[in-house]
Amino acid sequence: MAVKGKVVWINGPAVKAEGMAEAKMYETVEVGQDKMVGEIIRITGDVAFIQVYESTSGLSPGEPVYGTGHPLSVSLGPGMMGTIYDGLQRPLDKIAEKSGAYIQRGVNITPLPMENSWKFRPSKKKGDEIEAGSILGVVKETPLVDHKILVPPTVSTAKVLDIVKEGNYSLEDTIATVQSSGKKLDLKMYHQWPVRKPRPYKERFDPEVPLLTGQRVIDTFFPIAKGGTGAIPGGFGTGKTVTLHQVAAWADSKVVLHVGCGERGNEMTEVLVKFPELKDPASGRPLMERTILVANVSNMPVAAREASVYTGVTMAEYYRDMGYDVVLVADSTSRWAEALREMSGRLEEMPAEEGYPSYLASRLAEFYERAGRVTALGSPERIGSVTLIGAVSPSGADFTEPVTTHTIRFIRTFWALDTRLAYSRHYPAINWMTSYSGYLDYIEKWWSKNVDKEWSHLRGEAYQILQREDALKEIVRLLGPEALPDEEKLVLDLARMLKIGFLQQSAYDEVDSYSSPEKQIRLLKIFVDFHHQALSALRGGTSLGDIRSIPIIPNILRAKFDIKSEELDKLDKLKEETSQAFKALSTKPEVKAVA
Amino acid sequence: MPSKGSGGIEYTQIQEIKGPLLIVKGATKATYDELVEIECRGEGKKLGRVLEVGGGLAVIQVFEGTTGLSVAGTKARFLGRTMEIPVSDELLGRVFDGLGRPLDGLPEPVGHDFRDVNGAPMNPERRDYPTDFIQTGVSVIDGMLTLVRGQKLPIFSGAGMPHNMLAAQVARQATVRGKGEDFAVVFGAIGVQHGEAAFFKKTLEESGAIKRSALFLNLADDPAIERIITPRVALTAAEYLAFDLGMHVLVILTDITNYAEALREISAAREEVPGRKGYPGYLYTDLAANYERAGRIKNKKGSITQMPILSMPSDDITHPISDLTGYITEGQIVQGRDLFRKDIYPPVSVLMSLSRLMKDGVGKDQTREDHMEVSNQLYDAYSRAQELRALAEIVGKAGLSGVDLKYLQYGDIFEQKFLKQSYLENRTLEDTLRLAWEALSILPTSELTKIKDSYVKEYYTPEEKKE
Ligand SMILES: Nc1ncnc2c1ncn2[C@@H]1O[C@H](COP(=O)(O)OP(=O)(O)OP(=O)(O)O)[C@@H](O)[C@H]1O
Ligand SMILES: [Mg+2]
Repeated sequence: MAVKGKVVWINGPAVKAEGMAEAKMYETVEVGQDKMVGEIIRITGDVAFIQVYESTSGLSPGEPVYGTGHPLSVSLGPGMMGTIYDGLQRPLDKIAEKSGAYIQRGVNITPLPMENSWKFRPSKKKGDEIEAGSILGVVKETPLVDHKILVPPTVSTAKVLDIVKEGNYSLEDTIATVQSSGKKLDLKMYHQWPVRKPRPYKERFDPEVPLLTGQRVIDTFFPIAKGGTGAIPGGFGTGKTVTLHQVAAWADSKVVLHVGCGERGNEMTEVLVKFPELKDPASGRPLMERTILVANVSNMPVAAREASVYTGVTMAEYYRDMGYDVVLVADSTSRWAEALREMSGRLEEMPAEEGYPSYLASRLAEFYERAGRVTALGSPERIGSVTLIGAVSPSGADFTEPVTTHTIRFIRTFWALDTRLAYSRHYPAINWMTSYSGYLDYIEKWWSKNVDKEWSHLRGEAYQILQREDALKEIVRLLGPEALPDEEKLVLDLARMLKIGFLQQSAYDEVDSYSSPEKQIRLLKIFVDFHHQALSALRGGTSLGDIRSIPIIPNILRAKFDIKSEELDKLDKLKEETSQAFKALSTKPEVKAVA
Repeated sequence: MPSKGSGGIEYTQIQEIKGPLLIVKGATKATYDELVEIECRGEGKKLGRVLEVGGGLAVIQVFEGTTGLSVAGTKARFLGRTMEIPVSDELLGRVFDGLGRPLDGLPEPVGHDFRDVNGAPMNPERRDYPTDFIQTGVSVIDGMLTLVRGQKLPIFSGAGMPHNMLAAQVARQATVRGKGEDFAVVFGAIGVQHGEAAFFKKTLEESGAIKRSALFLNLADDPAIERIITPRVALTAAEYLAFDLGMHVLVILTDITNYAEALREISAAREEVPGRKGYPGYLYTDLAANYERAGRIKNKKGSITQMPILSMPSDDITHPISDLTGYITEGQIVQGRDLFRKDIYPPVSVLMSLSRLMKDGVGKDQTREDHMEVSNQLYDAYSRAQELRALAEIVGKAGLSGVDLKYLQYGDIFEQKFLKQSYLENRTLEDTLRLAWEALSILPTSELTKIKDSYVKEYYTPEEKKE
């Protein structure tokens, strides 16, 4: 019997109910006459503290509270791809069909399209042994994603008694009957999983393969690995959302989860408008066919914001279990932390720093721990990964605030957005001195094996130019650039060229928006070569002024816009022309003399 | 003892009065967020809202303040509904107080409907992405910080700077090219001085827009707690005009800083754990509930464009109010003290300013094909000019190269010709772009790395080439 209690106190999304001694921690409940969804987050005596996921406006003490017996769960099965959900996995288009352009509360909708029929192709047969996580068959969910129908992780070793033939079935149809520890179980094409509980796997690996994002400063300088973790902190307007949109659009992963957590409504709309038009670079198919959105924007109920990241990561793990690489971007984890803070405050818990609850760090740790590259349960054997990338919105762009400092402890790639760079319109405003990647060692091997043996060396040389410029900047600020010897002035020039022609990347330019790894490395080579040749020209007596007026420089700086990722020959040609230009330079004095 | 009157349930036992809060005992039937009418001998009626309820107590925030209320003799009538205002086209041409009651001596407008002032969250799936370019006639906005219909673009300002003038100029000049559609202005004054509100009213009268405007005024000497409601009332009116009547509504809210201070006062009275600078931890969520009421809806004609104004205490952009606003709005127009001192109007610090929706509101179809790239180059070059100015202060102009000197010249022309304009000057987009190219043409073409060659060929006109 599920519990039935009574509301005794209401303070915004925080509600207390009595008569709840039988209730379980994290059980979902239905609150009040309107049956709003809530979750029990603390129990003292027979009083349960409930965070309510919908507006409690108009709720009164004395109204009933019904237990459901279940923790907050998501439904996992075909039909999720391309959908935009709220934080509780309710499809927003279906909500709109019921309540119009504005969201009303108490809307009860199934997460998956129960009326749809899917063409199921079995991959097991009668008599087969199966276990938790085994693949029963496949459904083509979208042209980009084959949805593997998995045995729920809660089923132990079993034997297939019956399985349907290839054909069209709806989600409620039984597709297989299995015998498991003496019991008969009917399996469907979907199952439920509690969002706060990580889905189990067999084994975890080191992340070795880069997640290629097509963003030069990321892939070349601060790469993230498939199955890795990353954070992108920055003040308002520094480019967190644009960068995450770029990652979601161009990452070479099979599935993308985009969690909009306490941010702007229009940003989710933008994804809904653009992603169906953008094409996946590998397959040429619309990006929406591999994307799921979870949107709990800033003016939607704050408690559901807290749930939304868990809803998202559980769906991500589910696709991982099919053997896919999945990337989840969460914008912004600070809003999620603020939701924690708000609930904690209303429950009058003892705050730690800046009003955040003392469990902030452990919640962040638990979240990022759900990233990883793993072998999934069941047969056949397969490897999948979940990459987690979180935006952080520090108040006053101050990176010493609690959410940023705690996040740093649990992530390995750090893309520090710099307000000053953003003000000067250097986008992405990722600061190359303070950002880092903890995956370089692994990823280096991948690049030299798959793209270019020289990668590590070129990257190092380019990075050194940037580092030297950073050191020289102080002198320039005090004495002006003329105080430097020519070779150091050249370093400043090169750094400026690298910034304009390589680091800066416009998300809104059709060509520049995405750079293939091959384009990245060729561009990088042009700059590094330029430095070598300029240096030997200087040493050979050419003036810096002559080097600076080489007419090919603007072409180099515009190459990122002018040359597409697939036009590698044009990049090779540009490199050749640059060498020619230097050759012409060294013969110039004689030319002059003749003239 | 509770008694049922004509509307709602009345309680007379007051447990405590502190700051703006009234705590009522025995209020067993109270609901969260309910509207309460409070009566006390000789004080007339006041309105309030339930903030917390349980254990027989109801905590009420009294909009008009608790001055004059006493524990004995105060009656609280719980009205059984949340706060609502009547909405209809009769809102236009009218002046209301901060709670939406007529101030102009005319009767309450006949409501076609009643709307909860808190509104409801717009479903992101039903939003229409804003892309219609609004020409404001202000070069720096049109050229570099383009405003589009349905955007929320605040002005961050500081004491004494001309933020009201800029907002009024936008309200007066804003047009969408080639479209003569229904527009309306909703003005919400939040704790501003009489003079400021009078200035807006006069501007609207002079341009004839007053007939298409609704004014909601909570002035500096009006009750502080009422300020929490004023933007909500104004936005509720705007939503009706936009999405029921199909108008394009520009909402100006000034000054958000006063709004946030009223919130802080309530929070302090409730002894909540404060966030930064004493503002409540939910300030972000609360501001978002207002700002997110801008936008467009699929298959509906109207739109709500918001231009909130806030004054940054000590011109500090990292102050929680400007900081959190910037985290919610779609960009910001920042006014700078240095430009203001140089007597440049509008004193917009372009580098700190941003319009996030610009990219989809400009280009061949909406404005001109070179617009976005020109804008990028203007920013880039101005940023370089600023760096070099700082350097020139130290090493002198002699320490700079020829190209560097061109940048300095560009910086001056940019400020004096492009940025600076008169409060009465309404520039066309073509004028704006012409002035932009005039400034950019000071630089050698090799510096124009953000602009396609073909545009440079077409529009670049250095001094020596002009006849
Ligand atoms: N790679 C990029 N290319 C071009 N423009 C960019 C890029 N990155 C950022 N921008 C510019 O910066 C603006 C702000 O970026 P974005 O919305 O991502 O900021 P944010 O860090 O998410 O801010 P907030 O915290 O307020 O959400 C964009 O609207 C765009 O104009
Ligand atoms: Mg953002």
